[in-house]
Amino acid sequence: MLKKDTYDVVIIGSGPGGLAAAVAAKKAGAEDVLVIERDTELGGILLQCIHNGFGAEIFKEDLPGPSYAQRYIDESIELGVETLLDTIVLEVTPGRKLYVSSRQHGFFEINARALVLAMGCRERTRAMIQIPGMRPAGVYTAGTAQRFVNIEGKMPGEKVVILGSGDIGMIMARRLTFEGAKVERVLEILPFLSGLNRNYVQCLQDFDIPLLFKHTVKFIHGKNRVEAVETVAVDDKWNHIPGSEEYIPCDTLLLSVGLIPENELSRQAGVELDPLTGGPYVDESRQTNVPGIFAAGNVVHVYDLADWVTLAGYEAGKGAAKFAMALRASEEVHIPVLAGNNVHHVVPQTINKRSLEDEEIELQFRVRMPVEDRVMIEVHDGKNQIARRLARYARPGEMNTITLKPKNFADVEKASSITVDVHPR
Amino acid sequence: MQEKYDYIIIGGGVVGCIIARTLSRYEGRVLLIEKEADLCMGTTAANTAIVHAGYDPLPNTLKARMNVAGNAMWDALAGELNFAFERRGDFVVAVGEEELPALDTLMLQAKKNGVPGCVILPGPEVRRREKNITPDVSGALWASTGGICDPFAVTVAAAENAVMNGAEVKLNTEFKEFIMEGDRIIGIKTNKGDFLSRWVINAAGLFSDFVMHQAGVRPEFKIRPRKGEYFVFDRADVEIDNVLFPVPSDKGKGVLVTTTVHGNTILGPNAEIIDDKENSSTTISGMEEIWAGANKLIPSLSKKYVIATFAGLRPMGNAPCKTPGVNYNADYIIEIPEEVRGFVNLGGIESPGLASSPAIAKEVVDLLKDAGEEMKVKKDYDPIRPARPRFREMSQKDRKLLVDMDPRYGRVICRCENVTEGEIIAEIHAPIPAITYDAIKRRTWLGTGRCQGGFDTPRVVDILARELGVSPLEITKRGEGSEFLFRPTKKVEN
Repeated sequence: MLKKDTYDVVIIGSGPGGLAAAVAAKKAGAEDVLVIERDTELGGILLQCIHNGFGAEIFKEDLPGPSYAQRYIDESIELGVETLLDTIVLEVTPGRKLYVSSRQHGFFEINARALVLAMGCRERTRAMIQIPGMRPAGVYTAGTAQRFVNIEGKMPGEKVVILGSGDIGMIMARRLTFEGAKVERVLEILPFLSGLNRNYVQCLQDFDIPLLFKHTVKFIHGKNRVEAVETVAVDDKWNHIPGSEEYIPCDTLLLSVGLIPENELSRQAGVELDPLTGGPYVDESRQTNVPGIFAAGNVVHVYDLADWVTLAGYEAGKGAAKFAMALRASEEVHIPVLAGNNVHHVVPQTINKRSLEDEEIELQFRVRMPVEDRVMIEVHDGKNQIARRLARYARPGEMNTITLKPKNFADVEKASSITVDVHPR
Repeated sequence: MQEKYDYIIIGGGVVGCIIARTLSRYEGRVLLIEKEADLCMGTTAANTAIVHAGYDPLPNTLKARMNVAGNAMWDALAGELNFAFERRGDFVVAVGEEELPALDTLMLQAKKNGVPGCVILPGPEVRRREKNITPDVSGALWASTGGICDPFAVTVAAAENAVMNGAEVKLNTEFKEFIMEGDRIIGIKTNKGDFLSRWVINAAGLFSDFVMHQAGVRPEFKIRPRKGEYFVFDRADVEIDNVLFPVPSDKGKGVLVTTTVHGNTILGPNAEIIDDKENSSTTISGMEEIWAGANKLIPSLSKKYVIATFAGLRPMGNAPCKTPGVNYNADYIIEIPEEVRGFVNLGGIESPGLASSPAIAKEVVDLLKDAGEEMKVKKDYDPIRPARPRFREMSQKDRKLLVDMDPRYGRVICRCENVTEGEIIAEIHAPIPAITYDAIKRRTWLGTGRCQGGFDTPRVVDILARELGVSPLEITKRGEGSEFLFRPTKKVEN
């Protein structure tokens, strides 16, 4: 369970952006840093990216996704970042209160002095591009298929058509081929590649998987499971070219048709989104329009390399730490005034450091038990006496006072709290 | 030995399930069979989810009578069965002066059909009530008794209540033919064996013609599916908070723009008559048609926020209306035919079939009484079907209480719709077990959000496999033949 209910920096998501933000926040001086991850392990989507191609920018190495994630997982643990796994953030308020739920830890609230949104992105779906036809099993986004194959160890199809030349789609073409499936073809409605050229070469060309530009899926056949797709060529305005239809028998259609920043929590928190990116408007420290809420990685705009997500995460983590520490310092402006020996209560309950200037401050209090003899009223900071006064008696029915004078203020300012005691003389 | 029942209902759509629930109130054994792996897999699966007020059907038809009588029964139904139902009223929107006379026709029909609470509103008042509506609006018929519901929830709740009251429901059980004794039906043959019954009730929807033909009834009756396609919007982006019909045409009630009990705005349907009863496909032309139709009412819609498209089939029949002088050839059939005994025959129950369903069930009971059945109410009949927790609808405070009570509700499986593991497990072990992905989706609304199951599918497959004690390879989307996964990946030696 959590050690506390308020953290300097809370990070939602433990992909490359989230882990980098956690590491950077710690290094920038944030004391309490918490990463919340909805999956059962840290690393986010990197864990299902078992192909290589990660780390070239940062480590000058060619790493698989899980190995890349592990470097940041290890560093986070060394730096003392706390984590909550298998835990979902249900809501974020503009005041940075988080409503959080998990099977293991239950339902609870966390307050963040600064928050980093690192939820990543989601895949565009069949409905978003409105592919007509039946709605059978066997239509998957490339990332969902990737999870089935690489995490669950199960094959979602044997005879596959892929729509879209996004990176995950091309990588899955190769992955499914390795696993013995037949990838019939990859279709791209645009006249150019939407993913990286290296993926085209290494994932399609090297495996003789045909890529057809200016082609799309016109219809999905099959009542229970995909039985075939009808493909069609398109002109420059994406109009279908009659007569170019082909009926391709297959059991699976994978979609790699784009990614969208995942910002449902951001919206609840009042974060303003840029319609062009689908992600928050951010400043150079990756702070959104809501003070103390930062965003990093694919949640802001979709990157093609994880390394760049990491770099964005560093910025957000640094910015969040700075914000949190300033806030923490301002929180410590208030010095609590506590009721000590034989004191029922004291008013005011806190003293603002900033008002410790010329005016004296009167502390009003009542005692718990009557003392019909001389008493010493004392103000102290737990170790040293700050002020004192003698009185002839103390009775609960009569309010009592002691005044802090400007000469006492230096001592008050140093104290983390001050206490009023009443002792028999 | 063959099981013997008093009533067998063929078909697990909303009509069949509400009949099962209604009959479970009386003494006698009730069995409902459904050929698919879940209830609500036919017409009930894909429609506009509207409880129509009743101004639309032609006066003096059975359709009109059932619609108006059925509509009035929904408050009690929703109250007893604990499903979402909102009587928020609906508008028929006239665009341009030329469409105004159509409102008067509907108003007249509303009066003849006995629909309460209708009024014609001027254009400015309509604009005030729905700010997104076209500036060309000239007026609207406002029907205060129109409602919206979740048809899956209604159907499952009715079937569950039937089961609570002793009825049986058998899924994956397909009617083949009747077992006859002279002119009397004494049972049915199915792919799961024979079942004897004193009465068999045809609630087979799209296949009601096949069932009645097997009984030798109405050989000329034919169901022609009328396909309707729909768009669903992300509720975070599009919020049309009303039920808006265009003025009707000869093709039907036209393309609506309407809200749902889940808060999503939906568009549709068009009406395309087809032959294939399994063809619930969306088409380019259909999607263009509904887009154009919807834009006529709400010009500001953007396709950017569409999160789902689907199509459904309405079972349009060709039964002539029995009322003398009414020239109408797509009326409902609700009858005990003379040719055979032991058969209650329903057919052509298309829209407004959802609204009509409780009245149809009552009509069936009345017919059975007329046929000499005693219909004695069970002493221990319980009309209340308790609701199960729905995390997404709860306040943060109530969520905490629920998770404290059962931590399985703390684990969110569908992030868009906030559906928890606790809810999924509860549905898998419910009185009508949800054993497919789609069954869980229909009951919990999981996978219906903007990621369309991308996140939850692998997790739901896992939970289903674990709870049912089977391999994930056996888990299906909608029944046998719709498995998600084919085989394990290659084994790697360590």
